[in-house]
Amino acid sequence: MSFRLSYRADPGNPWFSWQYVRDNSDTLLAALREHTWLTARAVLIAALIAVPLAVAAYWFRPLAGPILAITGVFYTIPSLALFAFIAPYLGIGAVTVLSVVVLYALLVIVRNAIAGLTQVPPEVREAAEGMGYGRWARLFRIDLPLALPGILTGLRLATVSTVALVTVGVVIGRGGLGQLIFAGFQNNFYKAQIMTGTLLCVLLALVLDLALAGVGRLLTPWLARRSS
Amino acid sequence: MSVIGQAVVWLNDPLNWTNPGGILDRLGEHLVLSAAAVALGCLVAWPIGLWLGHTGRGGGLVVMVANVTLAVPTLALLTILPLTFLGFGRPSVIVALAVFAVPPLLANAYTGVRQADPEARDAARGMGLSGWQVLRRVELPLAVPYLAAGFRTAAVQVVATAALASFVNGGGLGQIIRAGFGLDIAAGGGQILAGGVLVAGLAVLVEIVLALVERLVTPRPLRAARRGANRRAADAVTGG
Repeated sequence: MSFRLSYRADPGNPWFSWQYVRDNSDTLLAALREHTWLTARAVLIAALIAVPLAVAAYWFRPLAGPILAITGVFYTIPSLALFAFIAPYLGIGAVTVLSVVVLYALLVIVRNAIAGLTQVPPEVREAAEGMGYGRWARLFRIDLPLALPGILTGLRLATVSTVALVTVGVVIGRGGLGQLIFAGFQNNFYKAQIMTGTLLCVLLALVLDLALAGVGRLLTPWLARRSS
Repeated sequence: MSVIGQAVVWLNDPLNWTNPGGILDRLGEHLVLSAAAVALGCLVAWPIGLWLGHTGRGGGLVVMVANVTLAVPTLALLTILPLTFLGFGRPSVIVALAVFAVPPLLANAYTGVRQADPEARDAARGMGLSGWQVLRRVELPLAVPYLAAGFRTAAVQVVATAALASFVNGGGLGQIIRAGFGLDIAAGGGQILAGGVLVAGLAVLVEIVLALVERLVTPRPLRAARRGANRRAADAVTGG
């Protein structure tokens, strides 16, 4: 066995190496878990705030303008600046990263949820009213189900961009997979580590996106039936 | 003293503005990086987007480019590109930023040409214009409002993303924030906040100026009709 080791060629600095993945599987998994956990919590919290906001904007039309305007302004603020605004108050921790990514995810979901709700056909709404649906019953049985495609689009966009955004958390040392990428860059430009971190990020985004798309198909069976 | 007080004090110190590596230097770097990245993005995305729109093919490709770049962290490109043939320094930072400018530019150029009135297109064809002439004399002028909207979205995004260039010591206003975090929160809180105000202020300023430019280059009759579609095209591309 030992002669094989001695004959192993100079490892150099390859872009990808299974050796690296095997040797560091614990670190990789820990970073992946932190990243996934942050993303999941962020999107969930954002959705819990965003959907009620969208419903408020839908019920009280005058609110829609200000809500969209405020979200637009927030969206213009660079992520690093948002970290700079929040970190001096919340300190260096997961809460700060969470707040920043929740803010961004919130905006994406609110916009898409409002778009989805306003696309509910007025005939359907009137029919529901004629059948004696109250405001809440109509919301849960008619409006939200019909707005689901829009809301899900928002969730998917928010999830994918959150996965990418969490990496900015390296500025306070809480970047999940970004930590790996950044450390790889600082430690003698370790290409395999940078690339593995990047690939895991993209894969995570892809997997979560596909999972949400799958959930969407399950929740809106009528859309699949219509298109087939 | 509160963090806000510290930030005000930091911003009020003239040396912080004029020192080498001070605010003015960083602002210059930030603007040069952003301008170069947006220019590069336009150079790549506009011809492709206009051509795809003209031929009516490649709509899927436009969406795919937008989705893929959404999933790639800025940090990854910023750290990977210097290790390629681009080398360390400005070129790699500019290319990394340009990559994120491409989706809005591409999507809006494509949509801009696609939405051109088919009757105008047919009329131009009937007058004997070649495909190239139709693109240049009919579709391109009609797409200008979309190009402007895409330009604005891309520019704002690049100015925002350029703050991250500081992770690889690429310069720009983000460097002030990074340096503040390097000092630790208690000592650098004011500087961090001040840097955040500068970065956010620049992004908002660029947004406002370009919104005015967009209005100026949009002919009056096109103003009302354009809004819905261009928002949709812009919304396809998000992320900080």
